[in-house]
Amino acid sequence: MMTDLPIISLAIWVPILAGIAVLFTGDDRRACLARWMALAGSIAGFLATLPLYTEFNFADGGFQFQERFSWIPAFNIHYHLGVDGISVPLVLLTSFITMVVVVAGWEVIEKRVAQYMAAFLIMSGLMIGVFSALDSILYYVFWEAMLIPMFLVIGIWGGPNRVYATIKFFLYTLLGSLLMLVAFIYLYHQTDSFAVTDYYQLPLTLPVQVLIFLAFFMAFAVKIPMWPVHTWLPDAHVEAPTGGSVVLAAIMLKLGAYSFLRFAMPIAPDAAHYLAGFMITLSLISIVYIAFVALVQKDMKKLIAYSSISHMGFVTLGMFIFNPLGMEGAIVQMISHGFISGAMFLCVGVLYDRVHSREIAAYGGVANTMPTFAAFAVLFAMANAGLPGTSGFVGEFLVILGALQVNFWYAFLAALTLIFGAAYTLWMVKRVFFGEVGNHNVAALKDLSKREFLVLGVLAVMVIGFGVYPAPITELTNASVTQLLSHLAQSKLPAGY
Amino acid sequence: MTMQTIYLLIPMLPLIAAVIVGLFGRQLPRASAHWITILGVGASFALSAYVFMHALEGHVFNGAVYTWLVSGGSAFEVGFLIDKLSATMMVVVTFVSLMVHIYTIGYMEEDPGYSRFFSYISLFTFSMLMLVMSNNFMQLFFGWEAVGLVSYLLIGFWYKRPTAIYANLKAFLVNRVGDFGFLLGIGMVLYFLGSLDYAAVFSVAPQLAGDTVEIIPGMEWSLMTVICILLFIGAMGKSAQVPLHVWLPDSMEGPTPISALIHAATMVTAGIFMVARMSPLYELSTTALSFVLVIGAITALFMGFLGIIQNDIKRVVAYSTLSQLGYMTVALGVSAYSVAMFHLMTHAFFKALLFLAAGSVIMAMHHDQDIRNMGGLRKYMPVTWITSLIGSLALIGTPFLSGFYSKDSIIEAVKYSDIAGSGFAYFAVLAGVFVTAFYSFRMYFLVFHGKERWMEAKPHHAHHDDHADDAHAHDEHHGLAPDEKPHEQKWVVTLPLVLLAIPSVVIGYIAIEPMLFGSFFKGVIHVDQAAHPAMSILASHFHGAAAMALHGLQTWPFWLALAGVLLSWLFYMKRPDIPAAIKSRCDLIYRVLENKYGFDSFNDKFFAAGSRCLGSKLWQTGDVKLIDGAIVNGTARLIGRIAGVVRQLQSGLIYHYAFAMIIGAFLLLTFFMKV
Repeated sequence: MMTDLPIISLAIWVPILAGIAVLFTGDDRRACLARWMALAGSIAGFLATLPLYTEFNFADGGFQFQERFSWIPAFNIHYHLGVDGISVPLVLLTSFITMVVVVAGWEVIEKRVAQYMAAFLIMSGLMIGVFSALDSILYYVFWEAMLIPMFLVIGIWGGPNRVYATIKFFLYTLLGSLLMLVAFIYLYHQTDSFAVTDYYQLPLTLPVQVLIFLAFFMAFAVKIPMWPVHTWLPDAHVEAPTGGSVVLAAIMLKLGAYSFLRFAMPIAPDAAHYLAGFMITLSLISIVYIAFVALVQKDMKKLIAYSSISHMGFVTLGMFIFNPLGMEGAIVQMISHGFISGAMFLCVGVLYDRVHSREIAAYGGVANTMPTFAAFAVLFAMANAGLPGTSGFVGEFLVILGALQVNFWYAFLAALTLIFGAAYTLWMVKRVFFGEVGNHNVAALKDLSKREFLVLGVLAVMVIGFGVYPAPITELTNASVTQLLSHLAQSKLPAGY
Repeated sequence: MTMQTIYLLIPMLPLIAAVIVGLFGRQLPRASAHWITILGVGASFALSAYVFMHALEGHVFNGAVYTWLVSGGSAFEVGFLIDKLSATMMVVVTFVSLMVHIYTIGYMEEDPGYSRFFSYISLFTFSMLMLVMSNNFMQLFFGWEAVGLVSYLLIGFWYKRPTAIYANLKAFLVNRVGDFGFLLGIGMVLYFLGSLDYAAVFSVAPQLAGDTVEIIPGMEWSLMTVICILLFIGAMGKSAQVPLHVWLPDSMEGPTPISALIHAATMVTAGIFMVARMSPLYELSTTALSFVLVIGAITALFMGFLGIIQNDIKRVVAYSTLSQLGYMTVALGVSAYSVAMFHLMTHAFFKALLFLAAGSVIMAMHHDQDIRNMGGLRKYMPVTWITSLIGSLALIGTPFLSGFYSKDSIIEAVKYSDIAGSGFAYFAVLAGVFVTAFYSFRMYFLVFHGKERWMEAKPHHAHHDDHADDAHAHDEHHGLAPDEKPHEQKWVVTLPLVLLAIPSVVIGYIAIEPMLFGSFFKGVIHVDQAAHPAMSILASHFHGAAAMALHGLQTWPFWLALAGVLLSWLFYMKRPDIPAAIKSRCDLIYRVLENKYGFDSFNDKFFAAGSRCLGSKLWQTGDVKLIDGAIVNGTARLIGRIAGVVRQLQSGLIYHYAFAMIIGAFLLLTFFMKV
């Protein structure tokens, strides 16, 4: 039986160890070996996460595949892992995207190949750690550790302004993370435990809940990112290499949203309800305000980055309307956005590798010279605009339906994305892909290589697949979402308060 | 083969054909593109016809194909509802699509995007079938947006042309405005009626007829009115009703076969179909029906006016389509859903015919679309001429032809209706008859009769409107060379014209009795006879199709149409100086029409430029100045400045430190002594 194996540990440590092994291939003389090892490692890492789906008990909303060992007994810290229906899709997304990123960086990265590949493999393991840690210190370690490879990826393989972007990214995240640590220490003093499940049971007064919630909020809102703490994201994306952007958009942004579901909301449910109006307001501002900002971007990566912020607004909106449609819509949106934003950044990468420009104005009529690529780009653009039949529709649809049950105007504002999401995405597509050949760079473009075709093709299959048949995601999440919502519905205020 | 398999095959065959041709079109031989897709659509048409016969016997199928997802106790399913309404649409869609597929072989013969085009139109057929066969709102929305996608792809088919890629973006965005309302309507349906399944919704709806909702605090609105108007906003986008009509004339940038298929016969009628399908909901809100009625009447009349001044052959037909869609909407507004469906069907045939005939003319004129450069073509293109004449006569409502039955029924239904707005609507549809006849025959006379003006027209004409592909040898100039004569097209072009001309003539005569007054739509379309009696009055006046046509000869619409034809004959055949004189006298009116009532410039200035302006304001002041400038970098600067100050303290001089210590000790002492 597979269940005897420490499945989650394998999912975490296989990519990390593979990454370390890749590091040992040394400098770029053995780059080829590093690439193949990295590919093998990422595939092994993906295979290691599959049992989480195949062996998953769909009826059980609690944590499964739990592993628990004492780690630092003096502080009652455990190496405690476990996943539920909310984390499993995210873990699978992580290991999947890691394969994509390894293949996408295949020939593009020429300097320090081993280190580049290793960074992504290690990052993959650490992010899976974040999605499955049930001990808050273990979680915190994964949370912080995962940033290091990302800083390196942006700082070493990034663009000209990478130092500013990295420091901005670092300071933004650090500020939030420290407050989260304070919250964990407070909770430890209340329970003598770092176990998340103990925190779930802990009664807390409303002011304390609000403070804890806000401490978490600082950490998670930056990561999502929510308006107004979002400005690090466009800069980080612009400077990051393609692979870095893909992981950043596809997975790292989900860490914040996931952590709201795992920590902030169940630990401080009354505060979550109390502050729901605030969270919904920020989400709606993210959706509408950022859509306008995206409309006028001149840099393709910035445009997609802003579009990501707008789409993540649906995730937070879905979570804070406290109904199953919204909650599951939020999770589906996270998964779907992983594929779509990843694909969009890869598309920009395809152009950037050839022309070395991200400016929309540097292109025009790309469809003339790269028809296959243009077909993919239009598909992903449509998915980004939430076209039914693509995964981009599912989450937005559910969240809008859910929001309408709470307040018509929430749905009204959120649904504006139907217009503006299409406007900024398709306007970019028009300017980049359609029209006469814009300049001699465009005239010299070669259509997709086999490797690029493979990468975009796989993502296209996922985008359409989950658009036509999203039930597998919601089957995973149903039980856990039900359990979470019923937990959130119960007040944790101390008796007599 | 069970019926379920057949239902599934009908949309899947065109999809499979589209996918094969789309993915492998460039590897396969050129002819395989049309063979594969025609096979798919042809089989789909044959099966649809079979299903239609089956449905005529009264069989209704309502079932799920698979569960899309389950969330929060609501199951979202993909499924089919096959009754006479959907079966009618299936036959119309697949038939027109098949005709357009065949026609395309001729029209797109030399286009480099040959296989891509066939793939798109087959994909369209799939999407449209999913829309009409749906048994729930979710799938309806899928089909709704999917046809919008294909429309976007096809309007921008010649993606090098700036006008085409402007038009397709505009079409998509304007449709999205409609879909925005539509989606909110769907959300309201799910929330208040508890399901997205048609059958479940229709059974619950009557109990909620009296309910109100408070969308704006302090204002109680009828729930059904709100739902129906929101859903109708979607229909306004898709079926191009004022003020969301602006995309349709521009959509003529697409190749002519799709103008016929998508922007005349099928996709644009999706909104009409939707409202007819939702008749059990609309019957519960007379307010919503009045809204529908007034919007339709405005579209029917005012879009017709614009048809008068167009010189591009396709745009004349496009404005005519807008106006006819207005007629259908008017029919919906007076609860004559079956009449709307009837007009939808007859219009699909004769308007597809008119568009394809226009395409045939365009080919003969070597892609010069300006009707002022045509004339006398009847001698050179007999089939196109006769079929165009049939199409035009059907359009203006000549008794015994299909358009007469459907349009006259609409006008009669409006006459007997007494809901708010019906007086205005009656005037609009009557006046519209005259306008329709006038612009239709203006075009007809200018194209097929009179002087052969193409002899003197310059070959390098300023008005390019088609094919910009430089791979086209014969398209490098537009218009005929001086010594060239137009000629009739090949059979692949003329055959569809003939096959469409037949139903344009006879379908009205055959179908009016069962569709409008028989039991054809019984149990499908629901009319509250007591509140909206127009249809039952209409039925009591009906004494057979032949009698209706004979009676039609003595009514206003016939004389108005005749007057329109005669006036256009006078203006454009006899005395061309009159329209010129009118044009110079009524400069203001002419300019208003020329600017299409200013909708486009308003949208460009207000919505498009306004959004961009707002976007840059928000970005520059919100993100760049305020958040990044003041807060983020400001914090960094502040810390830097504080650090600069603090650094001064660490001077490294002993007496500074000693002085600080003394001050500190003094302060501490004072503090403790006070306690």
